[in-house]
Amino acid sequence: MKILVLFAHPLLEKSHINRELVKVYADIEQLTFHDLYERYPEFDIDIEFEKNLLVEHDLIIFHHPFYWYSCPPLMKQWIDMVLEVGWAYGNGGFALQNKMWFQVISAGGMEKAYNPEGHNRYSIREYLRPFEQTARLCRMKYLPPYVVFGTHRLSREELNEHITNLKEGLRFLKNEGFPGCETDNSNCLNKWIKSS
Amino acid sequence: MSTFLLQSVIFLGAAILIVPFIKKLGLSSILGYLLAGVIIGPFGMSLVGGNGQDIMHAAEFGVVMMLFLIGLELEPKAFWEMRKSIAGLGMSQMLFTTALLFGLLNFTDWSWQTSLAVALTFSMSSTAIVLQTLKEKNLSHSVSGQASFSVLLFQDIAVIPILALLPLLTEGQPESAKDQHHSFFADQPAWIQAISVVGAVGVILVVGRFLVVPFLRFVAKAGMRELLVAASLFLVIGVSALMQFVGLSPALGAFMAGVVLANSEFRHELESNLDPFKGLLLGLFFLSVGVTIDFAVIFMDPVTIVVMAVGVLIVKFGVLFMIGRFFKMSQDQNFLFSFGLSQVGEFGFVLISFCNQLDLIDTVINAKLMAVVAITMTITPLLMMLNEKLIDPFFGVKTKTDEEGEIAEFEQKHKIIIAGFGHFGSTIGRLLRANGIKATILDNNSDRVELLRNMGFKVYYGDATRAELLKAAGAEEASILIAAIDSPDINRQLIDMVRENFPKIKIFSRARNRFDAYDLLDLGVKNVYRETLYSAVHLGEDALVEMGFRKYTAHRQGQRFIKFDEDALERLGEKRHNMKEYVLSMKDEMEWQEQLLYNDLEQNLDLSDKSWDSDALKDNFQKTA
Repeated sequence: MKILVLFAHPLLEKSHINRELVKVYADIEQLTFHDLYERYPEFDIDIEFEKNLLVEHDLIIFHHPFYWYSCPPLMKQWIDMVLEVGWAYGNGGFALQNKMWFQVISAGGMEKAYNPEGHNRYSIREYLRPFEQTARLCRMKYLPPYVVFGTHRLSREELNEHITNLKEGLRFLKNEGFPGCETDNSNCLNKWIKSS
Repeated sequence: MSTFLLQSVIFLGAAILIVPFIKKLGLSSILGYLLAGVIIGPFGMSLVGGNGQDIMHAAEFGVVMMLFLIGLELEPKAFWEMRKSIAGLGMSQMLFTTALLFGLLNFTDWSWQTSLAVALTFSMSSTAIVLQTLKEKNLSHSVSGQASFSVLLFQDIAVIPILALLPLLTEGQPESAKDQHHSFFADQPAWIQAISVVGAVGVILVVGRFLVVPFLRFVAKAGMRELLVAASLFLVIGVSALMQFVGLSPALGAFMAGVVLANSEFRHELESNLDPFKGLLLGLFFLSVGVTIDFAVIFMDPVTIVVMAVGVLIVKFGVLFMIGRFFKMSQDQNFLFSFGLSQVGEFGFVLISFCNQLDLIDTVINAKLMAVVAITMTITPLLMMLNEKLIDPFFGVKTKTDEEGEIAEFEQKHKIIIAGFGHFGSTIGRLLRANGIKATILDNNSDRVELLRNMGFKVYYGDATRAELLKAAGAEEASILIAAIDSPDINRQLIDMVRENFPKIKIFSRARNRFDAYDLLDLGVKNVYRETLYSAVHLGEDALVEMGFRKYTAHRQGQRFIKFDEDALERLGEKRHNMKEYVLSMKDEMEWQEQLLYNDLEQNLDLSDKSWDSDALKDNFQKTA
């Protein structure tokens, strides 16, 4: 299985967590790391190039920080531009069929803030419904996200644990696939990855 | 054949034959020069007579130039930052060495004045040898390198008061041999000499600060290279002459002049003009030190001389090592520092002959002392080698020193050079500076250089197409050269030269237009920026907006235009060697580009933006229905 990481962070030099997290990808074979803000500083996305990349890979990772309950603008621009009607979805749009959509997200808030009692009121999974439905519309399999919560006060040990989990989880996904991905409605993949 | 020509042939020949050989053996070039000197000297093949001393006087000028160049490297600010280590390391070295040697020399039958004069003289180390060695071994920025530099600087400065004070020591002594003294003030009482010294220093400071830069600017305006070389030499020789006039070391005067000019825009120009002279003269100086080792004197009384030489080395090494300890230098750095500075330096020759003229030292002792100085200087490269081969491995330091050196290097050298600081280059410079990146800037318009310097830029005057100037500006360490010179021809010359001499540096080049850009691509430059492209497209975008386009659409059309144009440029650049084909394909390309742009505009509405354009969606859904 070939993995494509679509990475979007508009200020990576200030994000210690993400600088560390992305190092995980270097250790995994058959993985293409695609830094969107580095490639398209002027938002002039090369649609044909992106489409070819997608076709060549099976597991598409959307790695981004969680800004205003969504992804950074360039990633939204990417979705707008690349996922064309008649190609990715709609009549004749089968290019992405059965590929997997997997989000790796860093969020400032703690996990307990993302529930009916917490101050964000909804779970992270609910905030990600637009992405989930986008994947569904493109006939892709949507995996529950892997979320690094509480990045504002993450200890070095906790970060290391995330790095190990993510690395092991990706290796497992790559080799075994994720059996229950289409029906799984769990909040995050974190627990599954931890136990796998 | 005139003796001058013959002598030159012998000296230069010896250097050319022996130094590369020694270098090949992995030894210091200084050792090569010294050995060459011994071989052609009276002790070896006797090719040159007893005139090594004369040659040495001529070649001492190399030391003068070196100190001028060192001064140039040392901005007053950097000098100020080093004040603690200069005063601390330097003064303690000088005081303790002198005191210890003075104590030991009191056991001889010399008068206390002689002992003191000799102790002071022997506390000096060799700037020429130490700095050259540090540079050769790339250790200038290591801890020991910086410490050595501080000590040497303090000694260089201390020479002024020492030279001024030595005549005072003679007051009680018989006055003879004064006729040998070249100084104009030699016949005056000691206090007048002291005042004249202070006066001369003042003259250097004032003239250097207020007159030299306008003078160089005036010369630069004539636009002739050789005149600037002449002016550079004139400066150094002028200072030396002034110093000699008042009976001071020309080297010191040159050093001060250098420091005064370190902040000026002519710094790199002066450096690159004088560097070849310095190298050659310094080599000649080491050669003549080899020649002047008077083996006859040594054989007459070898024990005394060897004991003195070894004694001096041990005392100096010991004092330096204790100081290094006290200043918490790591062991390996301390060894390097202590071995490096353990010799008696070239100021030794100067001070000894000065003392001899003052009758502080008689002629026999004079010859012996000269031999001691020459021996310690000759031994230094060997000591450094022993340190490297035998002591360093003990600490396993090799890589560590290298790393430290590299880090310091990174901090000190600017990593970007901008050649040409007109409207184009200065915009780049401003953007970089606004982001905390300091570039070294070269420009050959002296009026502009002055203006920009007043605005706080680091700009240097000079012709950037000369390899030496670029080298002096740090092209060997820099990672990027921005070629932003106004004239495309000169810009190309610069790039040609840089690719030949500094193949590692990455070139970002300004190009006037499409044709200029082709030339640069032919030269193999990857990053070419046409000054006519980006702003023209930007204007075009605004014009589109005026014509009724939405801004974002106009902007994207501009982006696309640039991308297509750059792609086309590269494709065409490869083809254009056949001129005929070029003309043809140029026309094709134009049509192609026009077609593309036209298509693109159409596409924009019904193909490209499928999510944003509802027509595309409606079409697709109709198919489904």
